[in-house]
Amino acid sequence: MEAFTRLDSVAVPLPRPNIDTDQIIPGRFLSRPREVDHSAFLFHDARRLPGTEEPNPDFPLNQEAYRPARIIVAGRNFACGSSRESAVWALFDAGFRCAIAPSFGDIFRNNGMKNGLLPVVLPAEAVAALIAQIEAAPGARVTVDLVALTVTFPDGTVHGFEVDPFARHCLLEGLDEIGLTLSLEDQIAAFERRFGRENSR
Amino acid sequence: MSDAPRTMFEKIWDRHRVLEREDGQTLLYVDRHLMHDGGAVAFDVLRKRGLKPRAPERIFAVPDHYVPTDSRKLEEIRDPRHRELVEKLARNTAEHGIRNFGLGDPNQGIVHVIGPETGLSQPGMVMVCGDSHTSTHGALGALAFGIGSTEVAHVLATQTLWQRKPKAMRITVEGQLGPGVSAKDVILAIIAKIGAAGATGHVIEYAGSAITSLSMEGRLTLCNMSIEAGGRAGMVAPDETTFAYLAGRPYAPEDWEAAVERWRALPSDPGALFDAEVTLDGDAIEPMVTWGNSPEDALPIGGVVPGPDLAADAERREMMARMLDYMGLAPGTRLDGLPVDRVFIGSCTNSRIEDLRAAAAIARGRKVAEGVEAWVVPGSEPVKRQAEAEGLHEVFRAAGFAWREPGCSMCLGVNGDIAPPGTRVASTSNRNFMGRQGPGARTHLVSPAMAAAAAVSGHFTDVRRLMAESA
Repeated sequence: MEAFTRLDSVAVPLPRPNIDTDQIIPGRFLSRPREVDHSAFLFHDARRLPGTEEPNPDFPLNQEAYRPARIIVAGRNFACGSSRESAVWALFDAGFRCAIAPSFGDIFRNNGMKNGLLPVVLPAEAVAALIAQIEAAPGARVTVDLVALTVTFPDGTVHGFEVDPFARHCLLEGLDEIGLTLSLEDQIAAFERRFGRENSR
Repeated sequence: MSDAPRTMFEKIWDRHRVLEREDGQTLLYVDRHLMHDGGAVAFDVLRKRGLKPRAPERIFAVPDHYVPTDSRKLEEIRDPRHRELVEKLARNTAEHGIRNFGLGDPNQGIVHVIGPETGLSQPGMVMVCGDSHTSTHGALGALAFGIGSTEVAHVLATQTLWQRKPKAMRITVEGQLGPGVSAKDVILAIIAKIGAAGATGHVIEYAGSAITSLSMEGRLTLCNMSIEAGGRAGMVAPDETTFAYLAGRPYAPEDWEAAVERWRALPSDPGALFDAEVTLDGDAIEPMVTWGNSPEDALPIGGVVPGPDLAADAERREMMARMLDYMGLAPGTRLDGLPVDRVFIGSCTNSRIEDLRAAAAIARGRKVAEGVEAWVVPGSEPVKRQAEAEGLHEVFRAAGFAWREPGCSMCLGVNGDIAPPGTRVASTSNRNFMGRQGPGARTHLVSPAMAAAAAVSGHFTDVRRLMAESA
C-alpha cells in the first residue's frame, strides 16, 4: 500500500449528502481487475449530461480549477451503500488520496484506509466552512497531515481530526495487514484450538 | 471476563476475539466466509503472494451478481467479462477445495438468500462476505457484515479480520403491524426516521413485539437493509422462530441440542447497555414508498412528494431539487396514483418464499396493467422450486409477470438486467440510488405486496385497498 503522511493539494467540493458508491462508480464498470486504470469510471454518469457523453460543466470535477485536486470534500454519509472497493480505486487512480466529510459509509472508510486513501471526519460545520472557502477560491489548497492529525484550511485555520491508531500506523508506514496478521499465526492457531469445533458446522 | 450484563453483539464479539491490541484493534475470528462472483480480485491478491485460503471448509461460494436471469447456461452469458467472472469463481473455488453452489446447482441463488436457506448462517457466528448486504444474516442472531475486497483477501489468508469494536444501537418496535404492512415497511420507516447515516458506526439490535412476531423471512428483510441506515450490522435475538427455521437445514449443526443450548444464551442480558436507543410504534407504520434517491426518502403511501422549501438547510434543499429532477417528480404529487413503467420483485431484500406469496396474493386473478413490464426473480433455486410447487409461478404468469431464474438481477443491474433512462420502477430491492438500476432509471422502493399492487394498477397504490377488494 502507498504510504500517506502529509498532503498539500487543491481540494474539490462535492457539497451533497449521501453520495453513494453507485454514483462514484456505476455498477456496469465493476467487473474489471485491479490492474485496470479505474479513473475513467469515476463519477462516470454524474459528470456527464444525462444520456450523453458531454461533460456536465456544473460538475465540480469537470472544472479546470479543480483538476489538480487530490482531496475531495463532500457532504454527510459520503460513499455510503455498496462495498465495491472499486469506488476507492476510481478515486485513487484519478489522483485522490484523501476524502473529507462529516461522516462516511463504514465499509468505504475501511476500504480507503487499506488502499492509501485517507478518510477524514470533521464536524459538519467545519466541512461546511471548508466547502465555502474552496468554492469562494477554486484551486485553493488544503493540507492534511496524518502525523499531526490536522487539516489546514485555505484561511489558515487548523482543525484536528481522529483516526484509528492502528489504521494510522499502517497508512503512515504503507503497511499491508496480511503480512502482519500472518506473523500472528501462533495466536490464531491457539484460538482455533480453544474454539474447537464450535460453529464449524 | 466480568459479569456485567452484555449485549448479544458483545457476547459474539468477545467469543471471537483472537487478540486485542493496546490501541483497541481486535483480531476477530471468522466462522463463515461467503463469496460471490464479484470476488475474483481477492483470489488474485492471494495468488500474487503465493498464499492459500487458510480454512477452505469455512468458505462457501455462489455466483449471483453476474448470472443471467433468462438462462441457466454459462455459455449463454452474453458479456464475456461477466462469463469470465462466473467461470473464475468456479475455477478459484475448485482449486482451493471451496464449496461452490455453481450455476445449475440445486442450491444456487443470491448469497444472502442461500446462506440462511442452507443453514450455513447460524446464531452466534461471525460471518463476512464481500457485499454490503451481508447484514442480512444477522436475522439469525449472527454478527454479519460486509467487507471490501482487500478485507476478503485478508480473511481468505488468515480467517480473521482486524476490527475496532463498533457501538451498539437498539431499535425497539412495539405493537402489531397492520394488514398489508410488512418487514420492508418497518425498515423503510426506521430509515426514514433515523436517516441513511443514522446507525453509522453501530451494530443494530432490533427488538420489541413487532420484531419478535416477524417470521424469519421478515427478519431477513429487516436486517438486510441495516446497511441502508448506515449500520455495520443488524441482528435479531435467536428464539423459537429461529430454531424452527434452522432445524433440518442441510448445514444445520450436527449436534443440534448442544447448538440450541448455546444459542439460548445469546440474547442480550437484561440491563445490558446500548450506546443508542430508538423506538418506533409498530401500530402506526403504513405501507411505504420512497420518492428520492436515498432509502431515507421514504413516506407512507398516503403521502405527497415533499418540496425543497421544506428542507432543513441549503445543502438538503439543493439535494432535494436534484433528486426531484432526477426522479421526474413535482412537489405535492400524490404517491398514490403515480404511474409506473416497470416492476421488479426480487433481490436479497425481498425474493424469499413469503415475499413471493405476498405478491402472488395480490396478483392472483388480476392482470399487469397495459404498458407495464413486471418481473419476478426468485432469490434461489429452492425458493423457485417451492414457489412452483405452490403454483405461484402460474399465478404470476397468468397475470402477465415474467417468471425468471434466480440472481441479483435488477437490484444492481450488473448482469445487464437494467431499466432504460426515465423508466419509473417499483422495486422490492434495497437501493433507490441514482443510476442503480440503469442510467436515468427512477427507482421507488416498496414491499412485494406494494410492488404487485403497482403492477396490476399501473401506478403506486395502497395495497390495503386491493386486499379489501380480494377479501
